[in-house]
Amino acid sequence: MNLRGVGVSPGIGHGPAYVLTASVPEPPEGATYTGEAEQEKERAMAALTRVAGELEARGNQAGGEAEEILKAQALMAEDPGLVVKVRSLIDRGLAAPRAIYEAFTKYRDVLAGSGGYLGERAADLDDIRDRVVALLYGHAMPGLPAATAEPYVLVARDLAPADTALLSRGDVAAFVTEEGGPTSHTAIIARAMGVPAVVACPGATTIRPGVRVMADGASGEVRLEPAESDVADAVGAATARQAAVAEAQGPGRTADGHLVPLLANIGSPADLAAAREAGAEGVGLYRTEFLFLDRTEAPAAEEQRRAYQAALEAFPGGKVVVRTLDSGADKPLAFLPSSAEPNPALGERGLRTFRKFPEVMEAQLGALAEIATDDLMVMAPMVATAEESRWFAQQCRAKGLRVVGVMIEIPSAALRARDLLAPVDFVSVGTNDLSQYAYAADRQLGAVSALHDPWQPALLDLVAMAARAAGDAGKPCGICGESAADPALACVLVGLGATTLSMGAAALPAVRAGLAAHTLQQCTFAAEAAREQTTAGAARAAARVHLPELARLGL
Amino acid sequence: MGERKVTVAAEVGLHARPAATFVQRAKQAPMDITVAKAHGGDAVNAKSILAIMGLDVRQGETVVISAEGEGSEEVLDELAEIAGKP
Repeated sequence: MNLRGVGVSPGIGHGPAYVLTASVPEPPEGATYTGEAEQEKERAMAALTRVAGELEARGNQAGGEAEEILKAQALMAEDPGLVVKVRSLIDRGLAAPRAIYEAFTKYRDVLAGSGGYLGERAADLDDIRDRVVALLYGHAMPGLPAATAEPYVLVARDLAPADTALLSRGDVAAFVTEEGGPTSHTAIIARAMGVPAVVACPGATTIRPGVRVMADGASGEVRLEPAESDVADAVGAATARQAAVAEAQGPGRTADGHLVPLLANIGSPADLAAAREAGAEGVGLYRTEFLFLDRTEAPAAEEQRRAYQAALEAFPGGKVVVRTLDSGADKPLAFLPSSAEPNPALGERGLRTFRKFPEVMEAQLGALAEIATDDLMVMAPMVATAEESRWFAQQCRAKGLRVVGVMIEIPSAALRARDLLAPVDFVSVGTNDLSQYAYAADRQLGAVSALHDPWQPALLDLVAMAARAAGDAGKPCGICGESAADPALACVLVGLGATTLSMGAAALPAVRAGLAAHTLQQCTFAAEAAREQTTAGAARAAARVHLPELARLGL
Repeated sequence: MGERKVTVAAEVGLHARPAATFVQRAKQAPMDITVAKAHGGDAVNAKSILAIMGLDVRQGETVVISAEGEGSEEVLDELAEIAGKP
């Protein structure tokens, strides 16, 4: 059987399927067991012990802060007080899963009631409870497995950033998700890790755990139980492409020497090594909110300063573009509380949230100001109007920041790029959100993912407007959305006037090779040809006519 | 019955890593060990991380650790050191 989704991170990944179940159902109230109480107790204890062992093993593997959290969770799973409670509930006639559920509920309610740090630990208990209950029912365990003999294909409905915190390239052969689109978290994380990924793949969660899966992150094809020869052929073609791409080295430039610095999108200092290895010339998008997703309190200025300084030190003489905290209902930060909104993407997020918490803004801009240089560029997300642009520029300059910019990710900002540019030094186009807002299509929703094709002519028009305005003003216009990661589209963006391209590190080599193989004029012709079309597919095909070397490179 | 009074110095209180280290050590000892807040309140099982978390001991608060039996003095010394570590 084969499935098809949208390929969002190129490459061939194959291995046994690991199916991440979204939620574990509550065992029915009053559920009883047949047989002896002792046996039922043993069943419950064995499940608790096994979950504790797995948490401990995962902790050892993860190291650092994650290790501490997981080891504390392992202790909780075998807590003597909890064990006594489970045993007594089974003695009273409850089946093991229900007894586990009720015993955990008792403790989690106490913790949740305390609020603050302890309140947060209630979620840790829920996680352990779900694991034990799933094990007793013979369901797939929630969360990710301990060290496996071979990398697995991670199959899920969708993935949250927290799900993937512990993953490394050695664990995962590919991602396949039922939901999500080209700019969903899964796609971004997969590209950052250099792992093939297919999203918006109907039927993905019906894949049985353990079945061998081959995912083609370029075509979007997902094959179940593929023949070994097919896997070998696919891997061979992907390897040949990598070899061709690896030939291009050095700074980003067109065949005729027009320089286009190629930068990396990062979420923490941990991403810097991969960015340097891939030949990034700097950081084009530092997603600072990813530094603090798990925090309950605003990070101190000193901690922030170190995190930003690390990026400057990794790229001496290179640009580092830091985006101020981009928090909102879809990416909540505990210290920037947001109320539930019917349309989180259209609500208080990005700069809108930032303005509401002056002390948080003060700390972040202050930390950046301490290390301000001409290479440290600071920009705000979700800027809709010239007034907002001016306000942000004033705040930054008052602090002593030298290079200030705004993101163009709302159509109003692209339409009025000239006005937004006046008070700032640069703009950076975030094509992911720009596409979401231009097409009124939720980024996270698989059902509308076709509208998120980054070749949509209207999206290209909006990018062209922003780039043109920046060119007229003599100011840089970077692209930091995921569309810069497509080698053909990267050429088109340069043809539209983009001055830098920023992407997940894994995409850099292919983009560098594609760009180096074509002249600036070919890029310009490709851009013009694409914009003359009426559909995304036609735009892609028309552009490629002017970019003949891509096929030779296997891109 | 041996006792140790310790002021918790860790910034996170007797939670997170300090609590886990404390419980791991306590679990290795054969005898019963309890922890209570110095200014009153119930004593809880030192081998239960959930009970210790429930005490909600913050930085600067003092706890009393109690145990008796062979080797308890040594265990109490070690537990006091863990709880008092900054």
